[in-house]
Parts: sequence; structure tokens; C-alpha cells
Amino acid sequence: MLRRLALPFVLFAFLNAFAKPANATNVREFVLDNGLKILLLENHKSPAVTFQVWYRVGARNERDGKSGLAHFLEHMMFKGTPTTKPEEYSRIIAKNGGRSNAFTSSDVTVYFATMSRDKIGVEIELEADRMTNALLGDTYFEPEKKVIQEERRLRTDDNPSSALSEVAGAVAYTVHPYRRPVIGWMDDIQNLSRQDLVDFYKLYYAPNNAYVVVTGDFSTEEILAKIKSAFEKIPRGAEPPKVRVEEPPQRGERRVILKKEAELPFILMYYHAPNLKSPDNYALDLLSVVLAGGRSSRLYHELVYQKRIARNIDADYSGVSIDPTGFSVTAQLMPGKEPAKVEREIDALLEKIKSELISERELQKAKNQIESSYIYAQDSIFGQAMKIGYYEAAAGWRMMDAYLDGIRRVTREDIRRVARQYLDRDRRTVGVLIPTKEKSQ
Amino acid sequence: MSLVACRKIVRALASLCLTITLAAPLQAGVTPKRSVLGNGMVLLTSEQRALPMVSIELLTDAGSRYDTAGQEGLANLTARLLTYGTKRRSALQISDTLDFIGASLSAGCGEDTASVSMTMLKKDLATGLGLLAEVLTSSTLPQEEIDRQKQAVIAAIKAREEQPGDIAERRFAAALYPGSPYGRPVEGTETSVRALQRKSLREFFERAYRPNRAILSVVGDISHDEMTLALNQAFRSWKKGEPSGGPLVPSTHGPAQVIRVNKELTQANIILGHQGVGREHPDYYAVQVMNYILGGGGFSSRVIDSIRNEKGLAYSVYSYFSAERRRGEFQLVMQTKNETAQEAIRIAKEEIRRIREQPVSEEELSDAKDYLTGSFPLRLDTNRKVASFLAQVEYFQLGLEYPDRYPDLIRRITRDRQYLQPERLITVIVGNLQKIGEK
Repeated sequence: MLRRLALPFVLFAFLNAFAKPANATNVREFVLDNGLKILLLENHKSPAVTFQVWYRVGARNERDGKSGLAHFLEHMMFKGTPTTKPEEYSRIIAKNGGRSNAFTSSDVTVYFATMSRDKIGVEIELEADRMTNALLGDTYFEPEKKVIQEERRLRTDDNPSSALSEVAGAVAYTVHPYRRPVIGWMDDIQNLSRQDLVDFYKLYYAPNNAYVVVTGDFSTEEILAKIKSAFEKIPRGAEPPKVRVEEPPQRGERRVILKKEAELPFILMYYHAPNLKSPDNYALDLLSVVLAGGRSSRLYHELVYQKRIARNIDADYSGVSIDPTGFSVTAQLMPGKEPAKVEREIDALLEKIKSELISERELQKAKNQIESSYIYAQDSIFGQAMKIGYYEAAAGWRMMDAYLDGIRRVTREDIRRVARQYLDRDRRTVGVLIPTKEKSQ
Repeated sequence: MSLVACRKIVRALASLCLTITLAAPLQAGVTPKRSVLGNGMVLLTSEQRALPMVSIELLTDAGSRYDTAGQEGLANLTARLLTYGTKRRSALQISDTLDFIGASLSAGCGEDTASVSMTMLKKDLATGLGLLAEVLTSSTLPQEEIDRQKQAVIAAIKAREEQPGDIAERRFAAALYPGSPYGRPVEGTETSVRALQRKSLREFFERAYRPNRAILSVVGDISHDEMTLALNQAFRSWKKGEPSGGPLVPSTHGPAQVIRVNKELTQANIILGHQGVGREHPDYYAVQVMNYILGGGGFSSRVIDSIRNEKGLAYSVYSYFSAERRRGEFQLVMQTKNETAQEAIRIAKEEIRRIREQPVSEEELSDAKDYLTGSFPLRLDTNRKVASFLAQVEYFQLGLEYPDRYPDLIRRITRDRQYLQPERLITVIVGNLQKIGEK
């Protein structure tokens, strides 16, 4: 059940698979009179079309006490309109050979279907309909609330490393809404009312707060005509409120311990870092590859292969977010290893990259990895649409074009400089999962 | 998105994909070609020139079903060791070569087959194929790497204990296939892994990794002829060995039973299931259509309606019939808070009984057929998926014309209802048994 996928604390592994952009040069942009932006990328390698509607609203737009609202609304968007019965949307798409789903992140809420070229018009009509006519039916509200609570239990409450991410996120940010889990706190979900959903829908679901991304086997002229005929009649909405919250600079390390039934300890380090609006984003991307891209990378080779103290290790950075984001290092430990010792070993390797330049070959290796994944990523039309959509949300899709050049220009000195500047212990949150065996109640 | 959060989802889809991937007719542009090389290896290719990349999938008859008693985990450890040392290169040299060209090479092991997957840029094909040939023909399985990988496997066994769905899955397999290699975890146990000897690993590698037991599927920026030439060059030292052992059919299936595992969880992780049908069974397609209606049809299934949409009891609930060549299993999988476990099980059993005892409606049947036949262009939308599809078409001996036959295989299905056996259901419940009311 991919559908209605909450991205639980989206920052800690933010769109890793989609971090490298599609080929922006061939994207074509159109804007309807009602403000709906349309981004089209033809790709005829397989006879399928992916159609996605992106709303510029996510957990980032929620208020305290109302966490999980954006995601709850996403679920309720499947409960019908005056012309489509509850849950009928999915049936219609499937009957036409299509696959559909939706997801919510901190920044966006996205609805999508992949279908054959001759059927995609069905999806276009249904998305236009629910942009403005969703009933958010009363009778379905309480059962769906229970479904979402089950989703939370599955993803977070019974999943030790997700639970650690959630609590670390709540500590890493004190003010900014990225501190809240996308799926919402259990009590908040419980307290949400149908009226909350209706208000949120009215405020944020309008053509001028959304954009459409289409990739795959279509002709631009033909699909544009279909989109116009379905969406043009929807009136422009009021300008939704902007989120203008800045996280104050962190002064001193924060620590969080989670004790929970689990088998292996888990460590998470989260450093505040800028997003793609900073030119440092390229060097930060490369830094994550130097540290943990492949078995020959620094952290993997030393800690997983040589010292055998971690079972796996990862370094994650993606600047593709609306507000400043983070650089994270995560490790699941080998049985019997002390978290404090593993933390010291990780720190020693991070210190080394701050004090000594990496070799030219190491830099080239990281660049090669990024360039090849850039090509591999174009193999999937869905992946391409996701990239265009995330870039558009964060800083505009045209930013994709600068990416490979930005990567190529990075020097060894840049890597050392961003490591020194951002891998700063005073600006990090360290989370440690301590496995327990006793009953927690 | 969080990888942890997606795993369940992927598993749910994987079950669907197994059916659909195999079920998907090839789209116009795939045009597969097949030949058998001099050393007995079957080569399948699909030329895709849109991107300068090549994806390779190798399937070989080297699964854990060959593990003998006390040696559980042998096939899996062998597969893991493939990329950890050859006559010419150390483990680090292998990974550094791969990382430098931005290629991926990984090996995995299942019950019936082991697989090696590789993706690289076209310009690095010679380097990549050279490395692939090296790991398949001259892996040395060094003692030091064996010790390392044993530790890694033992840690993986521990890590799986954190995954309630995995625990339920293993208990289900053990109950369904008592005394059979299919009832044991591919990884083995901590004790059996510790006891594995280099000599047996080397023997297994020599025996099972042979071209005449292997299917190689290649999709990307290369023609069949170019690939044949390149392979004859790179794999010339790979010699035929003992032929495939053929599929092992488990002789017995475990009886109906309830298995309870107590764990401090907020949800009960539940599997209901029993024996299914193999890929070669004449009713395989009928079973897939029926299951689409019961619980395979994503958001259009009966169990989603009754358990998720109406009652709000679960986020994820689905069913599948998985099939190997001559064996298969049926599973209905769900998670619900401990307190509602009994209710969810009751409804799921009702749905199983209902689809068995009453014919499905004509509308449900035609919707299922429309999805299964109509979704084909969407299924093979990446080179990687086409590569793995072609390898499976060969493995299951479906023939390259299978895609053309498929729509007809589905369309001729009538309302069928004989492969669910409520009286044989094995029930596995992992959760807080006190709250579930099982203690």
C-alpha cells in the first residue's frame, strides 16, 4: 500500500534516490490563467505516462497541536467528489490499467498515476475534479483516522530507527516546523477534526498553489490541450499564507537517547546545513559520497569493513528542500558494540576530513558516482517526474540545470571547507537508540 | 523518503510484482533475443539505445535448497562472498574499481536461485564485464573474508529480529514446510553459520556457479551480437559443470495451526496462509485473477474494503500467491493494533470463505482482467525491470512469445474458487499476546 505514504520526518533520508536531477533543458513550462503551472518532459523510452499534481503544502504548513493534518487530508482526498464515489478513484485508474498513489512530505503533497498514453486523460479529469470538489465525507473520517493511527504504529511506533529519527528531529529543530513528524504525533492525529481538514483544503488546494508534472510518452500539444480543458475552469484561490520561520542558530550539541525494545543500537548525527540555494550544496553532496558512497568510501571501509563495529553506515545530504536542511550520518551497530566507542570512531573520521585534503582520485571517484547515477536516474519516467517536482517546490525546476556543472567545479579544498563549516559538533544533534528487552509499560 | 518506512510497502508491492511482472506482455520496444553460448549459458538481450547504460541480471541454480543439515546458510554465504576477493583482486580493489566507475554489482541468494545484478555506463562495459567474469569464475573465498561475512550474516540475523513482519514470515515458512530447506531461513542460524567451513564453500562455488546452470539477461545500449562477442571474450575460461539439479518439490505441508510470538509491540503482525500452486500449474493464472479480487488488487481489493476502508483496522492489508516453478504459497498479511487482532483475523477469514463459497461478480472479474492485461505497458518501464523480467521468463520456461500469449491466458479465466482452503490455514501472530488475548 504505497498510497498515502507519509514520509516520517522527511529530513533524515530525504529523497535520497531522487537526489540527482533529470535533464532540465528539455522541460517545457506553461502557466494557465488561474495560476496552475504545468511542467512537461517528453520521454518516449517506454509507452507510459506519469501524471502528478503537486500541492505546495505539507507538514511545514501545519501548526502546533495540528500535526499530521496535511497527511490526513491526503488520505481523505480518496473519499470521493459529487461525481466519484468514495475509493472509486483507485478503481477507475486500475480498471484502465493504471497505478496510482499519493504521498505527503514536509514541503509538499503529491497525487499521481502512471498509465498508458491513450488512458491518461482519465487521470487528468479525476485530479481536476478533486482539486476543487473533494467531499472529505463525514462518515469516512473516523475509520480513516484509525487507518492513519495504524500507519503510525507500523512506520514509527514499532520501528526503532524511525522512532529515533522522530525524536531526534524534534530536538534538532526548536522552532522550525521541520521538527514535527509528517505523519503527526499520535495525540494530534486523535484530536484532529473534520473541520480542520475542510479549512486546510480550502486554504491550500487551488490551482495557484499547485503545479502539474508530466513525464513519459506523450505529445506536448495533445496533453496540454487535455490539461487545459480539465483545469482551466477551476478558479484561482486566495493566496495561501506563507511560512516564514527561521530556525535560530544552534549553540552547542544536543543529545537524545531512546530506550526501546530492539536488537542492535543505532546512532544518528544530524548537522544543520544549507539547502540548494547555497552554492555549498554541491560540495556537501560530494562529501556525503566520499564518506559513505559505496563499499570503498571512508566510513564504510573503516567502520563496516575494517573494524567491523557497524553493520551499516550512511551519510545523507539533499539540499532539495524549501528551508535549510541537514547533513546526517547514521549507523546501525554490530552486536555487542558500544555506541560511545562507535561515535568516537565516526568523529575521528570526520575530523580527518576536516584537517586533511582528500586525494584527487577520491574526489574524481565521487564525481563519477554522481555523474553515473545522473544517467541511471533517467531510466525511470516516474523518477524524472519526482525530481522535477521536488526542484520546483524547493527553488524552481530550472535549478536542475546547474547541478552537474556545480558538481564538476567542486575542488578538494571545497570539500574540506564545507566539512569544517558544517560538520560542527556545536551545531549537531546526536541520537542514540539503546535496545531494551524489558517491557516498557 | 525513509527507507525504513518503505520496506513493508515494497514487500506488498513485490508480491503483486511477481505476478504482474511475469504477467506483463512485452511492450513493442523490448524485442528480446535469446541464444545459448558455447559454454551452455543462456543469453537474453533487449537492445535499448535511449541511455548510455547497460543492466545485467544473472540467475543461477545456487539457492539455499542445496544447504544440507548443519550447513544452513552455505549458499547465502557463498553468494555474499562473490565480491570479496578473486585471484586478481582483493575485496577493496573490487569495490574501489566499481565505485570509481559508478557501477553497482551485488549478489543475493534465495531458496531456489542466487542472482547477481550489475548496472554500469556503456563506456565502462569492458571493465564491468571483466569484473563480473572474474567474480563468477575466479572468486577465491579468502578465509579472512569468510570470517568477516560470517559476522555480517550473524548481525543480519539479529537485525531481522527487530522486524516483526520478518519474524512472522520465518515462522510461517517453518510451519508450512516442516523439515524442508524451504522452511529454513536462507541465512541459516547463528550456530550453523559459525560452523561453515571454507572447504564446503569452495566446493559449492565450484559446483553451483557454472554457465550451464546460469541465465544472463542484458538490457541496454548494446546489441545481441555485440554482447555475445563481449561475453565469449570475458567468460572464455568459464567451463561447463554439473547440470542443474531441477526443482525440489517439498513433499509435505504443515497442518493448520496457530503460532504465537510474544513481543512488546503496539501492533499484531499477522499472516494467514497455506500452500499455493506452482508456476507450472495449469490454474496459475486463474489463481492470480482470483487473488487480485481478494487482496492483490491494491486499493481495489475486498480485504482493503472490509478491513481498511470500512473498519479502519489496518493501514496495510494484502494477499498474494507466490509461485516458484513447482511450489507456491498463499499469504494474507496485515498489521493491526493488538486489541483488534482477533477482529481483523475473523474478517479476513470471512473474506477467504466468501470468495471460496460464492462466485465473484462479473464486474469484479472483468475489472481484475482489465487491470492485469491493461497495466502491461507500465510494468517494464526501466531497463532493470526488463532485465529481471527476461531472466524470469527463461527460468520459468515461458518462452519469448509468452508476452503475446498473456492477455489471452487472463481473458479466458472464468469464475474460479478452489484454491483457498480455510481449514488448512496456518495463522502466525507476532505482538503483545496479553493485549491480543492469546495469553
